[in-house]
Amino acid sequence: MISATSYSESRDLLRFLTAGSVDDGKSTLIGRLLHDSGAVYEDELDAVYKASKARGSKFDPSLLTDGLKAEREQGITIDVAYRYFSTPKRKFIIADTPGHEQYTRNMVTGATTADLAVLLIDARKGILTQTRRHLYTAWMLGIRNIVLALNKMDLVNFDPDVFHRVKSTFLEYAAPLHFGDLQFVPISALDGDNVTQPSERMPWYGGPSILDILETAETRESRAFQNVRFPVQFVIRPNQDVRAYAGQIASGIIRPGTEVMALPSRQKTIVERVFLHTNELEEAFAPMSVAVSLRDHIDLGRGDILCNVEAEPPESRRLRAKLIWMSPAPMSLNVPYLMKHTTQTVCMSVSHLHHKLDINTLDELPAAALNLNEIGEVTIETHKPVFCDPYHVNKVTGSFIVIHPIQNNTVAVGIITDDEPFISRHGGHSSLEEQVSSDADHKGLTVWMTGLSGAGKTTICQAVYTELLSRGIRVEMLDGDAVRQQMGRNLGFSQEDRAENVRRIGYIAQLLTRNRVVTLVSAISPYRAVRDEVRAKIGRFMEVYVNAPVQLCEQRDPKGLYKRARTGEIRRFTGLDDPYEHPLSPDLECKTDQESVKECVDKVVSAILEIVSHD
Amino acid sequence: MNRRLSHLDALESESIHILREVRAEFSRPAILYSIGKDSSVMLRLAQKAFYPGKIPFLLLHIDTTYKFREMIEFRDRIAREFNVDLIVHTNHEAIAAGASPFKLGTSKCCALLKTKALLDALAEHRIDAAIGGARRDEEKSRAKERIFSFRDPFGQWDPKNQRPELWNLYNGRIEKGQSVRVFPLSNWTEVDVWEYIEREAIPVVPLYFARPRKAIIRGDLVILPEHDMPAEAGDRVETVTSRMRSLGCSYCSGAIRSQADTLPGIVEELKAFRRSERENRLIDHDQEGSMELKKREGYF
Repeated sequence: MISATSYSESRDLLRFLTAGSVDDGKSTLIGRLLHDSGAVYEDELDAVYKASKARGSKFDPSLLTDGLKAEREQGITIDVAYRYFSTPKRKFIIADTPGHEQYTRNMVTGATTADLAVLLIDARKGILTQTRRHLYTAWMLGIRNIVLALNKMDLVNFDPDVFHRVKSTFLEYAAPLHFGDLQFVPISALDGDNVTQPSERMPWYGGPSILDILETAETRESRAFQNVRFPVQFVIRPNQDVRAYAGQIASGIIRPGTEVMALPSRQKTIVERVFLHTNELEEAFAPMSVAVSLRDHIDLGRGDILCNVEAEPPESRRLRAKLIWMSPAPMSLNVPYLMKHTTQTVCMSVSHLHHKLDINTLDELPAAALNLNEIGEVTIETHKPVFCDPYHVNKVTGSFIVIHPIQNNTVAVGIITDDEPFISRHGGHSSLEEQVSSDADHKGLTVWMTGLSGAGKTTICQAVYTELLSRGIRVEMLDGDAVRQQMGRNLGFSQEDRAENVRRIGYIAQLLTRNRVVTLVSAISPYRAVRDEVRAKIGRFMEVYVNAPVQLCEQRDPKGLYKRARTGEIRRFTGLDDPYEHPLSPDLECKTDQESVKECVDKVVSAILEIVSHD
Repeated sequence: MNRRLSHLDALESESIHILREVRAEFSRPAILYSIGKDSSVMLRLAQKAFYPGKIPFLLLHIDTTYKFREMIEFRDRIAREFNVDLIVHTNHEAIAAGASPFKLGTSKCCALLKTKALLDALAEHRIDAAIGGARRDEEKSRAKERIFSFRDPFGQWDPKNQRPELWNLYNGRIEKGQSVRVFPLSNWTEVDVWEYIEREAIPVVPLYFARPRKAIIRGDLVILPEHDMPAEAGDRVETVTSRMRSLGCSYCSGAIRSQADTLPGIVEELKAFRRSERENRLIDHDQEGSMELKKREGYF
């Protein structure tokens, strides 16, 4: 069979971005990676030496990457530069992105296609506003592989305390973003410590080098969403008898014989052939560019989408989305813009600006407009229906750009959040469509995560949720606080009221589980007897003890509750002045003071899959 | 089964997607056909993207009249075999006025015979999207350029004000008179191009393969003589086993000493190479930032 991997060259491709503030040593790091992998030619080095000399410095590695005259003159990076290198394992594309806030849009340009981000921090300066903005932007655009390179360790005597201090500050800031995994590497880009080789000068580190991480990081394609999404790009019609639909697969697997539905016509048919040029393919998957022919003649053209019949994307004229505004002219409400979404361009307007984001604190602020480089959450109305998935499950059908209809420039980048924002302080929620739509045949299960406030229940829960969703599992999240807000307004924090709240959560979980939904509960649920009562009622129940020492939870304090409890503002706070009765024999335990988020998530996901796929 | 694309398949898929977007969003797209290896890859990708249809682009060649004879023969053969519409455009006025690299110097010669000729041809044939084979690994200012690179009505590039380019959502909207240069091979490297040529058995100009050739040795340069190039003091004529690494005008593109006479040989040689592809191109080095200056003026 002819497949994408038929060629003996089996290296794959990893796209990553580098970002950091001015003088964090980004160019030096890239120079080091390029140099050590043999990707810088001698005559390029000679030219850099020549230009450095003309400027009165000995060797300025930034001249390797800062390609524009204005950049060299001003000594700053304005636009993304792409650089390339290979190792026997992989080909790498580096998007070297600018740090200045005014060039955020150029950083975003580099970030949308990246699988991984390397953020540089100067060990002497620690976390700066720019680092926060870069982290948030990378997160928002769906990059979950993040490497924090703490550079210039040579200038702080390779002191592990500096490393650990910056690391904990950073984790504190990043806590609400629920990253799967943040990796911290202490380096000296200048001398090469922990860049491509382990450092002998930092024996206390013992972790992987930057290159190790780059060579082993998972790429986006390897965890693709299961449902078929094939936006039609072009209809190939050389004569009356031949009609083929060309496009790049956004997700899923297409084979001859796959039953598909065309949207918006909703006509169903069968895929007859999948091919590229003279190669007939037995199957094709994202992100392959292919052509397909269909058994029946149906109404289908550019801008339409083919999907599998069991799991069509929701049709919508009203979307909730996050925008990064990229034009010097602020966003206007209720004026026409154009939206390019997959292969179609439609008229749209922004009907409501819910809030904008303070990058420093991640607070949501009320706002009347979005200005250049600001991020906000909006409601968008489109003039004709679009078919989309939330960005966190599908980057292709979940993303769009906003174009000014007269000036033609790209004024914003948009990611589709959902009917409700996926990540919020009050716990997650997601639309019903995508869960009902799954074709996977599996039974339900209640996964009950119990533990102290700040132990990491919500973080693990949300990551598990995303992971299951991307595998086509029907899944729902019930967050203790969210349920309390919706259904427990009359309840306080007395022992009886707490028990009652847990029983209510248990009841909903029971209904969902009965309807074959994997239900992820994250609730402190402090009392053993009540948990056991719920377990007995539901039956299909897995208890996960998210365990961290109370001192650590208090240190993390993601919602600021411990602080309020300490000042006496909150009484009867679990772990402080109200008891927490830990499970005696949980089905699974996550020790979040010892295990990384990724380890915990992997453990929970495989336990769930083990149960639901063996029924 | 392993559902992971190799780097060549990933690059191919990206480039085919770009070519299809250009075809769908523009009314008169053309491939700027330079006859070199990148152009050969581009034609192959275009063939794959639209099969079983024919390549839906015009082919435009800017002929400075200083190209190698073997290049012109190859061009005409390919145009026949692919059954595409080939437009050859030359700035005859400048040639008649005596423009040549020997008289004007490379910078001025390029401005007249390449940049001016290109802008005239785009205007004359009302081409709104010109597809080029340039790669970002070739030169520092190219490393900064978007895949859809917007040009004003004078064909000029404004590097400080490029459109953001997100995911694979290319914004191809322009006004009448404006145009877009499109670079589907942006993310390919020189080695990728040769590996793909080898994998797909794509025909290329024989000048890329090493064989003994009569050459003028001028300092470090190995120049394959054509077009009555005037001799300089110190020139030696020798038979050198050599090949072209990059094709352009005969005078401005130096050959390299090489034994690589097969495709695997070329790939091996490149992986061991320590010197860049455009080193032997005089035009990139006539002043600091020279490629950026040419591009701002409308050069490809």
